[in-house]
Amino acid sequence: MTRLTVRKTYKLWIGGAFVRSESGRYDETDGFNFPRASRKDVRDAVAAARKAAGPWAARTAYNRGQILYRAAEAVESRGDGLGVSREEREASVDVLLHYAGWTDKLPAVLGGVNPVAAPFLSFSLPEPTGVVGVVAPDAPALLGLVAEIAPVLAAGNVAVAILSETAPLAGLDFAEALGVSDVPGGVVNLLSGRRGELAGALGAHRDLNAIVDAAGDAELSAELDRLAAETIKRVRHGEPARSYEDAVGDALERLEAVTELKTAWHPVGA
Amino acid sequence: MSVRTTVVWDYAPAPESADHVRLKDRYGLFIDGDFSEPASGRFVPSINPATEEPIAEVAYGGPDDVVAAVQSARAAHPKWAALPGLERAKYLFRIARLIQERARELAVVETLDGGKPLRESRDVDIPLAAAHFFHYAGWADKLRYGVNAREVSPLGVVGQIVPWNFPLLMAAWKLAPALACGNVAILKPAETTPLTALLLAEICQEAELPPGVVTVLTGDGDTGAALVRAPGLNKVAFTGSTAVGRDIQAALAGTNIPLTLELGGKSANIVFEDAALDQAVEGIVNGIFFNQGHVCCAGSRLLIQESVHDEVIAKLWQRMRRLRVGDPLDKNTDVGAINSAEQLARIEALVAAGEEEGASRQTIECELPERGYWFAPTLFTDVSPAHRIAVEEIFGPVVSVLTFRTQAEAIEKANNSRYGLAAGIWTDKGAKAFEVASALQAGVVWQNTYNHFDPTAAFGGYKESGFGREGGPAGLRPYLQIVQ
Repeated sequence: MTRLTVRKTYKLWIGGAFVRSESGRYDETDGFNFPRASRKDVRDAVAAARKAAGPWAARTAYNRGQILYRAAEAVESRGDGLGVSREEREASVDVLLHYAGWTDKLPAVLGGVNPVAAPFLSFSLPEPTGVVGVVAPDAPALLGLVAEIAPVLAAGNVAVAILSETAPLAGLDFAEALGVSDVPGGVVNLLSGRRGELAGALGAHRDLNAIVDAAGDAELSAELDRLAAETIKRVRHGEPARSYEDAVGDALERLEAVTELKTAWHPVGA
Repeated sequence: MSVRTTVVWDYAPAPESADHVRLKDRYGLFIDGDFSEPASGRFVPSINPATEEPIAEVAYGGPDDVVAAVQSARAAHPKWAALPGLERAKYLFRIARLIQERARELAVVETLDGGKPLRESRDVDIPLAAAHFFHYAGWADKLRYGVNAREVSPLGVVGQIVPWNFPLLMAAWKLAPALACGNVAILKPAETTPLTALLLAEICQEAELPPGVVTVLTGDGDTGAALVRAPGLNKVAFTGSTAVGRDIQAALAGTNIPLTLELGGKSANIVFEDAALDQAVEGIVNGIFFNQGHVCCAGSRLLIQESVHDEVIAKLWQRMRRLRVGDPLDKNTDVGAINSAEQLARIEALVAAGEEEGASRQTIECELPERGYWFAPTLFTDVSPAHRIAVEEIFGPVVSVLTFRTQAEAIEKANNSRYGLAAGIWTDKGAKAFEVASALQAGVVWQNTYNHFDPTAAFGGYKESGFGREGGPAGLRPYLQIVQ
């Protein structure tokens, strides 16, 4: 007698919970159904991200680094379960490791003491921009996503990401890996569905601080730029990362794009 | 019974003389290293807001002038970018020195053209402008060290639009890093305050800066709008209102042209009960009445801890009543003229809204000159966080007071704004100051001081106050591309 396999129900990851789309809609790929997220799901995800943003930023850099390292462990240990090539999986793990090490170096690299011509201790330090919307490329489905999310998290931000439209399962499996790591609920939110439907709602959201777009679609890029202008969002467009080198060669630019610099002046003496 | 007469202590007039100022009657556009007639054929007078008298006529840059400016800048770029960094530095050092040499003249013209007190243009605007050129001159041959040892190249032709509140200083903030990085710049000064930028153009000539490296394109908002959309531009930097910044960001959508924006603010100035209150009151006054409140980072939302609210307000009101409003050229003037009739109307409208919405208004009584644009320092108490005067940027000498009980409430109220440019903290407790400073979503946080600027310290906003930084090594980054 042949054994009947137990099929997986793929779900969105919002606020640390695995949920169906509130719309009840689904699409189908490779014999699996997966949620077709709605604009309402985007709004729910941004709200969950906002709630998680303060506590995530307030964690020590050391702690955030350890959590990202733990995420790398979780991805590594899933082995073939992510449905991508071994090379892509291993590159994704290495990218997570690379950015895990950034959390407690960024202030030394981007910040410093300002030798002002007055009796003040003036210093400038990088801080997270806040809630970042990520538009992941279609391919590579996992590495392309991790390359955008890892620097966002390493700089202390939280993310709402729209997954590959053509191969969303890798991203949804990745959510399960993160779900059993120490990434707090709401710090990463992953939505599958139709990019054309979701990216606009994400880009237009007034409580989003920045957009990272790696979809490689010029028309969508221009549309995201226009939407971003409404609330002066920071926008970074990039090509899909196809290798570890692509994802870390411009690490500092990726980190800068989701970083604010704060200058503080404290009096010295009287 | 002895009768005691009241003695009125007052200052005698102390106007700065303007006889050393060498202004022409008419200025062309500064293109290709020389002043030329605008293709538009139009000249517009620049008005002294304290007298409503014209000072000089200034060319209006029309669409054809924008094209000519970009052409000249494009032609100048390769040679300028190819100069060794130290040689570019020498030109910038020369400019810094010439600003220092002509400081008195520049200060008087800044005050005549913009209405700000001479004390401020003399002690703040002009020295800081020179300092900015001096600081960035030194970067020109050390660029790699300013960007964490990355390989860099200049962007090319940058379009820079500056506001009317700190005309020469904002020009320096824009031009100095752009030129140090090997870019050439087209500067569009504000419509109401073009004169010191034109004097700076003369200084560029005097410094023998190669033609086309700096272009000064005078005109109005339409000139600026045409400039940012002009083909051939590689970078746009804008300082001004959030509304115009939004328009520019949308106009550049899909172009991949790098943009930096330094926009509006509604900055919170937070007074804790343990602060040195007299010192705090001086800081509040400096925070909101400096430059008539025409300051993007002005401390326009005053947050006072409830336990000291009445005492702070009483002291503040006493101090405000001693502010001297009037002739900007008078060396004793604290608050000068409002920059333009348009800005005065905007301030009046928002103040009227404050009264209508139920806040309590107190405006100091003082004699205002018959001509010119004036607004006496004004204090609003009983302000609710939803009032327009607590939310919108007034950009005038008007402070809105809110209260708080706990530190957490102060932080929440301070951050409850779409803006995030600056904030002030008044407390004698070091640990508290550091904790609050790190919790505030603002690009600049001052403890026990306000409106302090330095070329080595990054300045710029969070949220809708814009993105990108000016000052220090962070100020280089927007003018360079990283070579991968």
